[in-house]
Amino acid sequence: MPDAGTTVLRKEDNRFLTGTGRYTDDFNRAGQAHAVFVRAEQPHARITAIHTEDARNAPGVLAVLTGKDQEADGVGSLPCGWVVTDKHGQANKAPPHHPLARDKVRYVGDHVAVVIARSYTQARDAAELVELETESLEANVDPAEALTGAPTVHDDAPDNLCYDWELGDTAATDQAFQTAHHVAKMELRNNRCIPNAIEPRACLAEYDPGTDEYNLTTTSQNPHLERLILSAFVLGIPEHKLRVHSPDVGGGFGSKIYAYPEETTCVWASKKLGGTPIKWTAQRGESFAADAHGRDHVTHAELALDADGHFLGLKVDTIANLGAYLSNFATSIPTYLYGTLLAGQYTTPAIHCNVRGVFTNTAPVDAYRGAGRPEATYVVERMVERAARDLGMDPVEIRRRNFVQPDQFPYQTPVALTYDSGNYEKGMDEALRIIDYANFDQRRQESERRGKLRGIGFSAYIEACGLAPSQVVGQLGAGVGLWESAQVRFNATGTVSVFTGSHSHGQGHETTFAQVVAERFGLPVDNVDIVHGDTGRIPMGMGTYGSRSLAVGGSAIARACDKVVDKGKKIAAHLLEASVDDIEFDRGNFRVAGTDKAKSIGEVAFAAYVPHNYPEGVEPGLDETAFYDPANFTYPAGMHVAEVEIDPETGDTEIADWVAVDDFGTVINPMVVEGQIHGGIAQGVGQALMEEGVYDSDGQLVTGSYQDYCMPRADDLPSFRIGMIETPCPHNPLGAKGCGEAGTIAAPAALMNAITDALGTDEISMPATREKVWRTAQRRLQQAAE
Amino acid sequence: MPEVTMTVNGERVTRDVEARTLLTDFLREDLGLTGTHVGCDTSQCGACVIHVDGVSAKACTMLAVQADGCEITTIEGLARNGELHPMQAAFKEHHGLQCGFCTPGMVMSAIDLVKRDSDPDEATVRSWLEGNICRCTGYHNIVKAVQHAAREMRG
Repeated sequence: MPDAGTTVLRKEDNRFLTGTGRYTDDFNRAGQAHAVFVRAEQPHARITAIHTEDARNAPGVLAVLTGKDQEADGVGSLPCGWVVTDKHGQANKAPPHHPLARDKVRYVGDHVAVVIARSYTQARDAAELVELETESLEANVDPAEALTGAPTVHDDAPDNLCYDWELGDTAATDQAFQTAHHVAKMELRNNRCIPNAIEPRACLAEYDPGTDEYNLTTTSQNPHLERLILSAFVLGIPEHKLRVHSPDVGGGFGSKIYAYPEETTCVWASKKLGGTPIKWTAQRGESFAADAHGRDHVTHAELALDADGHFLGLKVDTIANLGAYLSNFATSIPTYLYGTLLAGQYTTPAIHCNVRGVFTNTAPVDAYRGAGRPEATYVVERMVERAARDLGMDPVEIRRRNFVQPDQFPYQTPVALTYDSGNYEKGMDEALRIIDYANFDQRRQESERRGKLRGIGFSAYIEACGLAPSQVVGQLGAGVGLWESAQVRFNATGTVSVFTGSHSHGQGHETTFAQVVAERFGLPVDNVDIVHGDTGRIPMGMGTYGSRSLAVGGSAIARACDKVVDKGKKIAAHLLEASVDDIEFDRGNFRVAGTDKAKSIGEVAFAAYVPHNYPEGVEPGLDETAFYDPANFTYPAGMHVAEVEIDPETGDTEIADWVAVDDFGTVINPMVVEGQIHGGIAQGVGQALMEEGVYDSDGQLVTGSYQDYCMPRADDLPSFRIGMIETPCPHNPLGAKGCGEAGTIAAPAALMNAITDALGTDEISMPATREKVWRTAQRRLQQAAE
Repeated sequence: MPEVTMTVNGERVTRDVEARTLLTDFLREDLGLTGTHVGCDTSQCGACVIHVDGVSAKACTMLAVQADGCEITTIEGLARNGELHPMQAAFKEHHGLQCGFCTPGMVMSAIDLVKRDSDPDEATVRSWLEGNICRCTGYHNIVKAVQHAAREMRG
């Protein structure tokens, strides 16, 4: 049986490869109806009337429902679960977010009405007949202008300001700047990304009038959280009467964390229609318009340095676009998951960060793979590179001079975090070795001979993962605890069922988690089943996001395994006629210390369920539940190096090489981890090179399909070279730090540093499309010729 | 309603369909073959790729009536007696899938490539798969899997 730490092929793959995976849209119920949402085509308008008569009378239509119907039924507002207290002591503005709009529509794709019909085509045809009468309003689109007289999105926030938040010591930072030898400055735009999990969001909502129970099958990364939100905030359904099932889910990347208007409305409507099951599946165009988007920051940053290139202070001023409504975690992303990461891997002694979150007439913005940390890494690593260029220093050397050193852990940053472990210089040196940095100049010259521009870019990223210590996030305004739960059940015949609150939507938990358990119990991986994604089967859970599943969910499983072993020792001691204190457990066997007397865990499990010969006072059964609340965040970190070759005649940026050296702590399944890195890098490359969610000045989404929003294809990307170092996390039982977001966090800065190195100018923004690169290269060539 | 007859995964089926029914909907809703996925509405993502008379095609861009008289193979029709097709096996062996949603289309498309080019280099694989979007894997392991499967299929 393979140990944790070795590659095991994925248990879940067979069903995905044979077409027998079961995604939400694959579920159907007898008598189900289909929902189609009527969406706002204007970005900002006051609703004066919604004419539904024609649609109601169309063939097959069961109901056409609007915000007025929801208001009459007492349907609540979709909440934002994190209250950010701003620098004036004020809680963030939290205007209502009703599932179906009641007074105004606030972005293109906002929800006007739902049409429910016998068939999908009938619903879609009838939706065309709903007429929205409005008074058009000017749109507020650009976050950079939202605070300077732009139209007001919410009356509750007349100047469009959600909060004005700061972190760090202003006086100390000002002081640092006064003593600086040099101050590097940059204006940075972190472009809006649209997540684009390939499976569109979907739901199937069923109300049972007999039992008064609801069953929601949906594409959620966190079914328990979805249940909590629908129960406690929006629909008032008793929590124990709502079952949320997230079966196979085709990617999430953050966009499937949130409770959205669509499934909320379908659950409500199913009861309204007497228990008719209601199905909804998004068209891709709806995903573009109405999934929560990511990023969209406008930042001014300044880095103060002494004459030797030591960082003295960092000032960051950011406007973060929150979109038209606050999605569930929107407020926390550009604050607690952004400002806190601005120390990067460095000993910068003074940092001050100011963030103004603003409302605009665009889709809500929330966590997208990386969530705040890619934005922070982008600022830090672009600034470091800029400073090195300003001072004429090697970008490697400037990083070396400023890294937190291995003997400085635990390291307290000036922006609230305590880094637990790491070895940043070692990671960088390994990356330099793999990419052969020593010979980069030769490669550059060789490219020049062919008329190409070669550049190299570094990104030393750090993230705070393993979300999160509940007390800490509670003090910071979170409305939930961020523990995880696990139930580890030995069956009488010796197989194991593990119930986890984490959710796998591509991450491979069914294999990785099984490896953790199989190793502890000395069982074949195939004898361990991981059950996830169903509030009806799993005790509790907080779900999967923030690279938390192994570090927090896996730790809960480890704790539950410990409880199983503790109980097993009592049973084994009885069977072996020994004292409990003398029983040792190792890889599946309970042994009397110093003897060859032993019972296998299978025998102990059998005795637990057939307790004919059993210790007094011990309950039958071998089935333990544990909750794990992390003591600290985890701090995965690493170095990504991108080497590019630009063709100045076409603007084509070829990624000539990519090296990633990451420290994720203890690795359970290297194959799965490498897959996470590859996919993460691809998303980061997408952001840097081609992806951008664009609204025109009138507020229309002009990147609303795969024909307009450029997704990375196979021929846009290279193969990647992966290195790994391991400094185990010291405070969780697995030593794991998390790996899901690293590539996305590291990649944009590495690539933009490489592109700007090749072009010899910083004057190009993400995404560095062919057109932008071509224009910049041509301008540079022209300047050189003059 | 028009009647269509086709052979799907070796089985002859006849159904009445609305003229506007897409082949994806016919496979998924009428035949219950939910392995063929729909990831977009503009023929870009390739999650719905199947074989029509042995050639890869995006089932979202065909009407069911256009497939009348055709031989259709979907992802469900690849494995024989519980044994994975070499392309499926290579995707598993090389971790060429994560969430699994793009996988059926990716596998069906890759098989057609290997039929045409039994020894595709990396650039050829990448170029061929341009019509299949994967958001999880970064394509790295998909490319490895396809090249490995090509070797296996050459024998």
